[in-house]
Amino acid sequence: MALLEVRDLKTSFFTPMGEIKAVDGVSFDLDKGRVLGIVGESGSGKSVSAYSILQILTPPGKVVGGSVKFNGDELVGASEKKIRDIRGNRISIIFQDPMTSLTPVFTIGNQLMEAILLHTDRNKKEARARAVEMLGLVGINDPERRMGQYSFELSGGMRQRVMIAMALACEPDILIADEPTTALDVTIQAQIIELMTELQHKLGMAIIMITHDLGVIASICDEVIVMYAGKVCERGTADQIFYNPKHEYTKGLLRSIPNIESDDKERLIPISGMPLDMLHMPAGCAFAPRCDRAMKICLTSQPQEYFVAQDHISACWVNIQEGIQSGLIKLDENGGVKV
Amino acid sequence: MSAEYILEVKNLKQYFPVTTGFMKTTLLKAVDDVSFSIKPGETLGMVGESGCGKTTVGRSLMHLYHKTGGDVFFDGIKIEKGATLAAFRKRAQIVFQDPYSSLNPRMTVGDIIAEPIDVHRLAASKKDRDARIGELIQMVGLSSEQATRYAHEFSGGQRQRIGIARALASNPDFIVADEPVSALDVSIQAQVINMLEDLQDKLKLAYLLIAHDLSVVKHISNRIAVMYLGKLVELAPANELHRHPAHPYTQALLSAVPIPDPQKSRESKRIMLSGDVPSPLNAPSGCAFRTRCAMAGASCAEAVPPLREIAPGHFAACVKI
Ligand SMILES: Nc1ncnc2c1ncn2[C@@H]1O[C@H](COP(=O)(O)OP(=O)(O)O)[C@@H](O)[C@H]1O
Ligand SMILES: Nc1ncnc2c1ncn2[C@@H]1O[C@H](COP(=O)(O)OP(=O)(O)O)[C@@H](O)[C@H]1O
Ligand SMILES: [Mg+2]
Ligand SMILES: [Mg+2]
Repeated sequence: MALLEVRDLKTSFFTPMGEIKAVDGVSFDLDKGRVLGIVGESGSGKSVSAYSILQILTPPGKVVGGSVKFNGDELVGASEKKIRDIRGNRISIIFQDPMTSLTPVFTIGNQLMEAILLHTDRNKKEARARAVEMLGLVGINDPERRMGQYSFELSGGMRQRVMIAMALACEPDILIADEPTTALDVTIQAQIIELMTELQHKLGMAIIMITHDLGVIASICDEVIVMYAGKVCERGTADQIFYNPKHEYTKGLLRSIPNIESDDKERLIPISGMPLDMLHMPAGCAFAPRCDRAMKICLTSQPQEYFVAQDHISACWVNIQEGIQSGLIKLDENGGVKV
Repeated sequence: MSAEYILEVKNLKQYFPVTTGFMKTTLLKAVDDVSFSIKPGETLGMVGESGCGKTTVGRSLMHLYHKTGGDVFFDGIKIEKGATLAAFRKRAQIVFQDPYSSLNPRMTVGDIIAEPIDVHRLAASKKDRDARIGELIQMVGLSSEQATRYAHEFSGGQRQRIGIARALASNPDFIVADEPVSALDVSIQAQVINMLEDLQDKLKLAYLLIAHDLSVVKHISNRIAVMYLGKLVELAPANELHRHPAHPYTQALLSAVPIPDPQKSRESKRIMLSGDVPSPLNAPSGCAFRTRCAMAGASCAEAVPPLREIAPGHFAACVKI
């Protein structure tokens, strides 16, 4: 049994313009001490996946299907008390927007110490020392003085680091980090990634790292999920995703980033077309309108997830066709895939 | 074009008075004695942590502020008030960072793009103006029918294209692009980067490209300038800066860039900087970087190190080199 088992998770927003299937059948396992990356364009459903796991969606958003099991316990539809117990205590989240999650009424030190006292077995003196230490570890100057300040006295970047310190201070089993370093400078980002890696090794903490930065993914993740339009298009180990990508969207993403290691000015190869529009979804594969290798079937029918190798999944008709040609898979009478 | 450089910035200073207490103001030295030059058709990239003064350099050299000190020469001519400034405003343009807030939502795309045409009276007739809008809008990869729509109907990448079309309207020789792709998804980023490169080739534009993403800057730039707390600390050709960074700050900055390659990432050694950039309101004496520098010694506190040429075309401001 994995620490976290997500199966066919579906979350929709019911808006006046119609139902938006923000998360549409996401599945994965996360084991203790492992780091899973979720990468994809803005609007592809990364944050909503995280909120769905933690059951912190607000209307018009609603989990409409699937299951999330933490240590074997079902979280979808569980009581508020049970969820509250797990949230913060066993699973912590760092939000993209730090303003929403620090209260302006208590000092930074107060809030940090509170979290440490609640979630670890340190006494008050130890908690204070740990709070100061954590602030230093996330790169905050003069941590002793910051302890007495309020969140509104800090810059955005500094608030984000306090949030990170707070989430890590709880020493959770799973840390969900939603674009934790996107607003921060690379030097601070490097410090924070190092700190996360250290806690992952020391405490066996598992991490779900949500980001659009493939560099961040490569520097910390064991496994990677590539999302597009609410679906997993590819899932594999970091090495599989970076060195042997199968889905055309993953390949496109990797081609479109500049390579800092290259001395030649190679032209970038962008993904063509427009960013995705969740309100006007095509009938077939959501990526097909931007895909150079799209076939007829891609426009009419959604591809299923298919194992292209051990622990490596892709949902792409081109891959399925290659599988059929090499005799690895057969189609059943309904057009479904039989491996 | 006659001068060797299209743009020369000499000892630029931009100080802002900020309130630091009751009835007390202090000067914040956002840009302090910065000099560089850009050749026609060249791209100079500018990098550094947020708050180091990149945007202020761009705005100050464009004369959007009343500068505290220093001179700006354009095509060999010193920019002063009056005629030289008016001519400069036509030939030098700026593209702003945020494609969401920098375009007026109540104006049509056509009118936004035509702003410089109207300001500088570059169209003889309405027909002329419309033709020019059509030309510009196609140049940035949009379609002329879109000219009558409003900016809020467009995606981030498209808005950035609109901002670029507006900057091109007066036929400039030089564009300051302040974080032009930072707000865009990587798949769209590459489209805009390619477009900036194509426009440069076609129109012989020079760019000052400000960005915090070093991979993007390295990709587009011929040379790169590195800033720290309002000062230039290193300036070198892009490949040279990447292969042989001389200033300890540049070394740390480059080593912090996450490489999208798991193998290389596992092997790479990071130089960790401790703590934060100090506040520009109480910058350390001497070399401003010394409080975070592993190599710092007593001499670093004494005087501000000058930018010295340490190899042909490679400048660095550090006494330890
Ligand atoms: N409050 C909301 N109301 C309606 N739709 C929403 C809301 N929040 C998110 N969505 C939809 O869910 C999709 C996924 O959003 P999100 O998970 O935030 O994307 P990201 O991958 O950028 O984190 C978006 O494309 C958007 O259409
Ligand atoms: N109009 C202003 N008034 C006061 N301070 C300013 C102003 N504009 C910028 N600053 C300050 O100048 C410094 C440099 O800012 P900026 O040029 O925006 O940096 P960057 O673009 O490198 O992030 C920062 O400390 C910032 O707070
Ligand atoms: Mg998000
Ligand atoms: Mg800026």
